[in-house]
Amino acid sequence: MSDSITLQVVRYRPDEEDAGPVVVDYEVPLRRDWAILDALNHIKDELDGTLSYRWSCRMGICGSCGMMINGEPKLTCATFLVDLAPGPVHVAPLANFPVIRDLIVDITDFMQKLGRVKPWLIRDEEKPVDDGEYLQTPAELSDFKQFSMCINCMLCYAACPVYGLDGEFVGPAAIALAHRYNLDSRDEGERERLTILAQPEGVWDCTFVGECSAACPKGVDPAGAIQQAKLAAAQDAVKSLLLPWRSR
Amino acid sequence: MTSHLEARYHRQRVPLLWWARRRSYAMFMLRELSSAFVALFVVELLFLIRAVGRGPAAYEGYLDALAHPAMIVVNVVAVAFVLLHAVTFANLTPRAMVVKVRGRRVPSRAVLAGVYFGWLVVTAVLAWLVVG
Amino acid sequence: MAHPPGRSTPEPFVWLMFSAGGVVAALVLPVLLVLFGLAIPLGWVDAPSHAHLLAVLRNPLTKLALIGICGLALVHAAHRLRFTVEHGLQLRRHDGIIAAVCYGGALVGTAAAAYFLLATIRV
Repeated sequence: MSDSITLQVVRYRPDEEDAGPVVVDYEVPLRRDWAILDALNHIKDELDGTLSYRWSCRMGICGSCGMMINGEPKLTCATFLVDLAPGPVHVAPLANFPVIRDLIVDITDFMQKLGRVKPWLIRDEEKPVDDGEYLQTPAELSDFKQFSMCINCMLCYAACPVYGLDGEFVGPAAIALAHRYNLDSRDEGERERLTILAQPEGVWDCTFVGECSAACPKGVDPAGAIQQAKLAAAQDAVKSLLLPWRSR
Repeated sequence: MTSHLEARYHRQRVPLLWWARRRSYAMFMLRELSSAFVALFVVELLFLIRAVGRGPAAYEGYLDALAHPAMIVVNVVAVAFVLLHAVTFANLTPRAMVVKVRGRRVPSRAVLAGVYFGWLVVTAVLAWLVVG
Repeated sequence: MAHPPGRSTPEPFVWLMFSAGGVVAALVLPVLLVLFGLAIPLGWVDAPSHAHLLAVLRNPLTKLALIGICGLALVHAAHRLRFTVEHGLQLRRHDGIIAAVCYGGALVGTAAAAYFLLATIRV
């Protein structure tokens, strides 16, 4: 195998005259244990210090390093050069988000939507601390555990064509996290979250493409979560229609 | 809440034929288009019912029309797409519905087996009903 | 365009019909299409006699089932094609007319099914 590989990196520098975006080629060593992130760090350290990108844990848990690798949303710390050899490897900023500079995108939209679905335990009445913890059986945990694995990396938003076409869509991760709390036996906030989820731009925008689940590096299956949430929302709508006197 | 630099953000436009760029997107489009053939066959069914209502001559005439080579070609394509719809719809069912029996979750493979078994039963009953 | 909780929007009910239509189409249509579209025209199976089909269609349960099947399958196709056209060709801004054509077509087809089954197939 060759001892180097070319990364074609999309650069965007709004503070310069020739802002771009423009693709710049960088030749990096093809090391057996290197991920794309290592290659980017090599570029920044040795070749071009002006390259900007996000990363943190380098082990697939912080969700910072999501980018488009050869057109697919991936974590750069979890995508290895040898799997893409002989290259070249096209590195672009995460799709469906505005680009601030180089490989850095503005994630404000996602952060707002995440807040709107209230991803925390909601109780009608909090138990006093002296009464101890909220107990939960392993079976109750397994009901929602899969959906709790989300690392907020937004690869699912980059993969989702509906989010790309309709920026109002609440999106896979936010809905999956709302569903995670709705399924949590300790939670009593399903009705509250329903006001967001039951909107047209909530669960109903989703057409079950399924690309979000294919892109997810943690196996969350947001597509499945959204369909389950649709069913729950539909059942709620039917009950509201048939039993309008039901307490809210 | 966004930065004052927002005016200089680069907003990537979604290309018109976004679904042609990735195989998974193209497969999704094909899956969705299968519903057009579902509608087509419902229309064929409506014409069949109309023909039966009009009497034996009309019925025979409709069967002849269905035997026309062009119709056979159309229906071969329609069968492929209606089967695509049935298989993709069935395979997505376990992800969309969590089935619990006596408090324990039924594994996806069991749900899928149930769906296909039901399909087999319905097919057998309808075949018997129609062709007798 | 937020709806307050308690105000019913049509989405959940359309989705329930769409889902039911998908199930019905997947269960019922393949065998009927293979029979009437291929097996009978190509002579693999003998065509049922007119009298036999008439007897089957005269049954009120059959009529009800067929109207339901046709209606739900058409709503399913209408709903899906509406979004496919709007997403695939980026015509979301024309949702009003596209939705009217799609669901309107489904309504026309369902009405036709009801007419043929109830008015022309006499007991």
